Amino acid sequence: MNTVSLIIAEVPYWGQSLLRVLGGLVAVLLPAGTIVYLFLFKMMSFMQSRLGPMEAGPYGSMQLFAEVGKWLQKEDIYPARADKFIFKLAPLIVLASTFLLVAVVPFGPDAWFTNFEAGIFYALAVSSVSVLGILIAGWSSANKYSLLGGLRAAGQLIAYELPMVLAVIGVVIQAGTMNLQGIVLAQNSGSMFGFDGLGNPYVLTQFVGFVIFMISVQAELTQAPFDMPIAESELVSGYMTEYSGFRFLIFFIGEFATAGVFAMIASVLFLGGWAVPFSWFGWTTMDSIDNWMNFAGPLILFTKMMAVTFLVMWVRFSYPRLREDQLQRFAWKVLIPISLVNIMFTAILKVAF
Amino acid sequence: MTLLGDRQQLSYIASQAADARVNLELETEGMTLNIGPQHPATHGTLRIIARLDGEQVVWVDPSCGYMHRGYEKLTEVRTYPQVTALVNRIDWLGSFANEVPFILAAEKLMGIEAPLRAQHIRTILFELSRIANVSLFLGDLGVQLGAITPVFMAFRDREYVLNLIESATGGRFHPNFDRIGGLKDDLPAGWIDETRTVMKKLRRFCDEIEDLLFGNEIFQSRTRGIGVIPRDIALQYGMSGANLRASGVDWDLRRDQSLPMAWDKVDWKVWTHPDGDSFARCWVRLQEVRESTRIVEQLVDTIPAGPVMTKVPRIIKVPEGEAWVCTENPLGEMGYYVVSQGDLGPFRVKIRSASFNNISITPWLLKGVYVPDIVTILASLYFILGDIDR
Repeated sequence: MNTVSLIIAEVPYWGQSLLRVLGGLVAVLLPAGTIVYLFLFKMMSFMQSRLGPMEAGPYGSMQLFAEVGKWLQKEDIYPARADKFIFKLAPLIVLASTFLLVAVVPFGPDAWFTNFEAGIFYALAVSSVSVLGILIAGWSSANKYSLLGGLRAAGQLIAYELPMVLAVIGVVIQAGTMNLQGIVLAQNSGSMFGFDGLGNPYVLTQFVGFVIFMISVQAELTQAPFDMPIAESELVSGYMTEYSGFRFLIFFIGEFATAGVFAMIASVLFLGGWAVPFSWFGWTTMDSIDNWMNFAGPLILFTKMMAVTFLVMWVRFSYPRLREDQLQRFAWKVLIPISLVNIMFTAILKVAF
Repeated sequence: MTLLGDRQQLSYIASQAADARVNLELETEGMTLNIGPQHPATHGTLRIIARLDGEQVVWVDPSCGYMHRGYEKLTEVRTYPQVTALVNRIDWLGSFANEVPFILAAEKLMGIEAPLRAQHIRTILFELSRIANVSLFLGDLGVQLGAITPVFMAFRDREYVLNLIESATGGRFHPNFDRIGGLKDDLPAGWIDETRTVMKKLRRFCDEIEDLLFGNEIFQSRTRGIGVIPRDIALQYGMSGANLRASGVDWDLRRDQSLPMAWDKVDWKVWTHPDGDSFARCWVRLQEVRESTRIVEQLVDTIPAGPVMTKVPRIIKVPEGEAWVCTENPLGEMGYYVVSQGDLGPFRVKIRSASFNNISITPWLLKGVYVPDIVTILASLYFILGDIDR
């Protein structure tokens, strides 16, 4: 027990809940805003030989608030033939999936929202909830483009769920636990080339798993080259076609917040989570870790998240889009066999060493 | 149906029967998807009514005419020099190329010919407008396929070409620079050096696009073997330009007919591709931009001295007669059939624009493809709405 836990323990239950809600809002909205500004506005512009937003604030840094203000002012339109209740519910389900997902991400030795044994299992399960939202958004819009987009999204997200789970299994075998804190601990208290203290991020031993995980994340987030559900040149805007104003904003936040959360999970699973080499002083149990890691940890994780999101966005801005059947073929014929072989080798090596 | 061969007709009947059978067995119902006239995929107002079975197209019906501006009729109430301002707007990305065949037809009727220097400059500007047009196609191709970066590179490098056109003619998009008997002005000072550097930039742009798009495996898997047009079908539908050359027909009006232009004075190559698929059409266009830069570089080196305008009367009256002149425009064969009765303006003008014939193949071509392929095939056919509807 260290100070943060003690402070939390002294707060009444409703206070703890409030703190967690506020923390969850920060953990979802801050990465989403940073990703949108740094990557979607600025990095994309630099890749495309333009400047991006420059007027609102220094280097356009206030552009995000201007955009949010614009969306909030817009009229909340829904189609006459839409199923109104479900139509309004859909973006909330998509965003709820993001909040459920962030609940298990560990930010430091004590800085977490919940910490339970089947953490990664839970994370992969709730990440599929967004499929529901997307599917009913596509169906309830009473629009053919939305319907096609929603059905494409459903097929795609279900197909890429499987390689993602299989890629994670390699990590789980190697760490010997499904608890995300346990995976962080196992990576950082491991040894690299016999050197203790450097830790052993699983991106080195599970590189195949990391690549498969990132490809699946790309497909889960419906970013190019897997952005057929939105496919603006074919389906206008896919399942989001009929949404405007605040509801569109929720979809938009959901997309980039989920990108951030998935990047955090990828950093926890493969890049050593909230610790870096030389920040680990021979700790082997959670209780022995120094208190300051609770403050350094979130920053380290945030940095890693940005690095992983950079990869996602880099691919997004450079690649054309696959076709629906090519995407399915890629998932079932390439990714899943490779990840199965990866699991087999991991298991053999785990038993051998 | 008469245009199709027996095999096509049989396969059409067989596919109709297969559709009916599938619908009967699975009791599925087709869906009619109305793509356009307002849709991000059609850069203009082309409407495509597609009957879908799942995501597969059963039949499509392209419906054009949403942008019809009646240029053929409007030319009848304009004088000859005024017509170029109208026909500029047909293929708005390669405007100067639209003026040339009309002016050549009028010159043919009057029995005059532009001076050699004017012919050279005409050819240079013609090729520059081809580069401006097709380089934008290369970028737009990426957007249609979901890659958002190439289009910005295309806009960036097309800007150099547009600056060249602007500094020579005064207009970026609609130069209105060609006159009966020559050109409005001579080239400005320093233009030729600037052109040489820009052509180098454009060739680098072609290399970049080749790396970024044509070498990309996803791009290849989206375009190779998709939308195959066999040689005889392409000829039957009256396709022209790069679409025809991509089907293996070695046909280029710049080389195959003798016009008072400067193409026969330089060394260049007509590229063809045997495959006839979307990739072939895009690839042929990429090579054509490279050839155009070569043509321009050779022409600016050999440009002769002299006047840019021959002697014409102040009020131009074209003698009675009929003339047909066609050129190889960026989009394909473009021709004007001018009927004159000796007045200040033409009595009747028939405009043959390339895109109208090129998209007439879509009901045949889009049958049985998937919805995403509609977009790539249409993008690779490369039409401009102004060129379809005139």
